[in-house]
Amino acid sequence: MEHYLDNSATTAVSAKAAEKAYRIMTENYGNPSSLHLKGMQAEHELENARKIIARTLSVQSEEIIFTSGGTEANNLALFGIAQAKKRRGNRIIISSVEHSSIMEAAQRLENDGFEIIRIAPDKDGVIKPQSVLQAVDNSTVLVSVMCVNNETGAVMPVSEIFSAVKEKNSDIICHTDAVQAFGKIALNARRLCADLITVSAHKVHAPKGCGALYLKKGVRIVPVQYGGEQEKKLRPGTEALPLIAAFAVACDEFKIEENYKAVQELNSYAVKKLENIEGVIINSPENALPYVINVSAGRVRSETMLHFLGELDVFVSSGSACAKGKPSHVLSAMGLSKERADSALRISFSKYSTKEDVDALCIGIETGLKVLVHR
Amino acid sequence: MKEIILLKDGEIVLKGLNRRSFEDVLKKNIKNVLNPIGKFEITSAQSTIYVKPLYDDIDLDEACDRISRVFGIVAYSRAAVCDEKTLESVLKTAPVYLEKTLKAASTFKVEAKRSDKKFPYKSPEICRELGGELISKFPHLKVDVHNPEVTVNVEIRDFGAYIHCDPEKGAGGIPVGTGGKAAILISGGIDSPVAAYMMAKRGIRLTAVHFASPPYTSRRAEEKVVKLLKKVSRYAGPMTMYTVPFTKIQEKIRNDCPEELFTIIMRRLMMEMSEKIALQNDCSALITGESLGQVASQTIGALGCTDEATNMLVFRPLIGMDKQEIIDISYKIDTYETSIEPYEDCCTVFTPKHPRTRPVLKYVKEAQEKAEFAPLVEEALQNLKTTFISSDD
Repeated sequence: MEHYLDNSATTAVSAKAAEKAYRIMTENYGNPSSLHLKGMQAEHELENARKIIARTLSVQSEEIIFTSGGTEANNLALFGIAQAKKRRGNRIIISSVEHSSIMEAAQRLENDGFEIIRIAPDKDGVIKPQSVLQAVDNSTVLVSVMCVNNETGAVMPVSEIFSAVKEKNSDIICHTDAVQAFGKIALNARRLCADLITVSAHKVHAPKGCGALYLKKGVRIVPVQYGGEQEKKLRPGTEALPLIAAFAVACDEFKIEENYKAVQELNSYAVKKLENIEGVIINSPENALPYVINVSAGRVRSETMLHFLGELDVFVSSGSACAKGKPSHVLSAMGLSKERADSALRISFSKYSTKEDVDALCIGIETGLKVLVHR
Repeated sequence: MKEIILLKDGEIVLKGLNRRSFEDVLKKNIKNVLNPIGKFEITSAQSTIYVKPLYDDIDLDEACDRISRVFGIVAYSRAAVCDEKTLESVLKTAPVYLEKTLKAASTFKVEAKRSDKKFPYKSPEICRELGGELISKFPHLKVDVHNPEVTVNVEIRDFGAYIHCDPEKGAGGIPVGTGGKAAILISGGIDSPVAAYMMAKRGIRLTAVHFASPPYTSRRAEEKVVKLLKKVSRYAGPMTMYTVPFTKIQEKIRNDCPEELFTIIMRRLMMEMSEKIALQNDCSALITGESLGQVASQTIGALGCTDEATNMLVFRPLIGMDKQEIIDISYKIDTYETSIEPYEDCCTVFTPKHPRTRPVLKYVKEAQEKAEFAPLVEEALQNLKTTFISSDD
């Protein structure tokens, strides 16, 4: 049996969402921009999906822009705001543990003359509101801090950070990459004090190739792409309706509290078992989202253990790149020793995960630590 | 208008009585690379190989691209075939065939070669006549015999008259298969594919040996090697890759040998095993991507210890090259991007913190003998995995 414990990378598409995508592709395949009936039906699907996704963030439908995924939404947010605000100031504040679609977009803006401030987390991997606030000055135009870290599951105090920032200077735009939090904890744009929110479909049992950016009414961004009237000209191009409609179906299936409880139980079960294995250390902080556990598995390198587990049909992610690659910027920012970062594994659950999956994982790690030769 | 590709033989024209067999191999290699895109007639005469497409819809751009990677050819050009071998036909064909090129140029010259001495006009006369004709058709053109933008070549040969522009540079070297067979030890890094390419350029047909240590190395690392060899086989032709299951041996090295000698003993075992695979495959040499001083296992002392593990001739074509020079070639043969994909390979697992840079052979051999690798080596060699590599899969 397969034990898929890499749900922060991507998830299985739910049967209902897959069926929806299939039906849109084969039956309701019109172009939402076409004037005829087929086009109109497609547009209805699109607007219905927009409504559903807006509801999950407690925002208006017209505040949702569909994109090709989280990376594109993050790029659109950063470049869009930077371009729109460049006359007001040039300082952009991000955390130093963001996803690479924020890190590298910011790097690009830095090369173009923006001042990028990267806020380091504390040793738990959490960004403190105070350290963000200290970096805010008169030239600051944008603050971007993720909701949940993708490697450790650390939950960032986003609403505290953003409300403090806004209190100091209400003109500053606040963006959060909520890809890892979406569908797992209740998100409310107003309560988060966020002006822009990035979400992605394939982390919540919908297909890959689709995501959305919440853009608060009245906030102006400059598009990155040109060529059509779609998505209020902010993201032109024919909408990926099969994916978007499937995304909406998956959102309709959210049972946030119920799933959270179940996964929390599973998490406690897993942590207890993992801690009992000699040599295993939990890297995720106390407050981490229960969906993610980052561990260091003794002295066996991440990639070796990952392939060993793979042979047993247990699929996890390496928390760190291999000897030839760069070590994880997140674990380094947390100040983990090289040996611990080199052996880090990320285990991530979904609503489909079971105790059997955890048992298989623990047996795998235990056996691996015995039979694999350490460096 | 009929087109053909004219290929200039490289070094093989310097061969004496063997020349014919070299040419035959070259023609066969050309036929093999062109086979997937269509049928061609391949003939040779006067140190030129004629590649004539047998159907009109054959993609000659693709054919030229493939030919540019065949060793044994110094230059090649696409040429128009004149309907008849007469001056009139030459004067009629050239302006039509070269219209685009000549319209874009401002200076030109004509060069004529008349290897068929029965042709009634001498080379300077052909040049004069065609030059005049081209100027009258394209009045903006000026003749510049020293630095022309375009050189119009006319070749009057035994079988016909041909017109072409400047020839393209070929891959050089000598035809693969004329230099015997050798086994390349390939890891997945930047160096070994370049070493393979360089020896293929000298006419060697390749067999590849790769060491895999799952789960310390991944299936992706092995796929990466297949990808690299496919790139190399665009030059070197198809080859067989043997994957050696190396896990138990590496674990034994880790457990039973002194840490500072891990790498050197591993490399000795690799040489020893590769030699056995090479002999079974009629190879008369081994090829490695070693470059002197690049890493601890490639110092003069370490190479000496590695070399002692085999009686076979070992080619190290990169031995005197700088890393950047090697990288430049890897870009040229399009292996660089694949080589830098970050997967563990057998050379990066169990690396000692402080490898011995001046190992003493006696101690290395003692340590190796004490650990008794023979049974594991035997077992690994009986469990080789064979993969057939061809650039067209």
